[in-house]
Amino acid sequence: MPSTRRQFLHLTVAAGTIPIVTIRPIEATPAMLGTAIRNVVGEAQLRTGKIRLDIPPLVENGNTVPMTVSVASPMTAADYVKSIHVFNEKNPQPNIGNFHLGPWAGRAQVSTRIRLADSQKVVAIARLSDDSFWQVAADVVVTLAACTEEVN
Amino acid sequence: MASALINVPPKAKRGDVIEIRTLTSHIMETGFRRTAAGELVPRDIITSFTCRYNGTEIFRADLFPAIAANPYLSFFTVAKDSGKLEFEWIGDNGFVSTASASITVE
Repeated sequence: MPSTRRQFLHLTVAAGTIPIVTIRPIEATPAMLGTAIRNVVGEAQLRTGKIRLDIPPLVENGNTVPMTVSVASPMTAADYVKSIHVFNEKNPQPNIGNFHLGPWAGRAQVSTRIRLADSQKVVAIARLSDDSFWQVAADVVVTLAACTEEVN
Repeated sequence: MASALINVPPKAKRGDVIEIRTLTSHIMETGFRRTAAGELVPRDIITSFTCRYNGTEIFRADLFPAIAANPYLSFFTVAKDSGKLEFEWIGDNGFVSTASASITVE
């Protein structure tokens, strides 16, 4: 009898503490990613396709990672890309950049260099002239992290 | 003071899609780093970039701490008329930097 009660107490302690300790920190920033995306997209449906994200799958230095986003669009007055939004999953902050363009661009393509604090998923979203949203995600492995290192 | 590198083709045919590349020197301090003493280094980044072609805005970017130091941006536009491309970077602590380039369209 006493042993089963002890076992029962051990179980409740384990069940009560482990989820709080392990699950929350892992989910914190991906949830921020979802919120950041919803802030841009609203209730609209996110479709996959049309948009392409070129980023190295393995980077040695997260301080400067080249990235190119391009969207398959004729870029005419009737059918063009309004904006491109790039997000990350595990930096201290989920936004990377918002880029606003229009039919005059001729080609829907933007390149920049970004920082990645950890190995993570990078998400790019394009907003077209008909207000449809298209997304693509890429996984990047980072060996040297950026953003939070100590200043010398 | 900040300096910028601009790459715009000096000549283009009317209707050509041209690539514009810009690079400006800026620390892009994220605001998430700490000194050895444990103090947070305040954020100092460029938050906005705008490109105008003969006075009309053709490209705008909102930048976040996840943009690498010395922000590089490359984008495209259709060469319409000869004239001037103006670039403006705006950031924390009243940072403003401008640059311009000329293009001849035939």
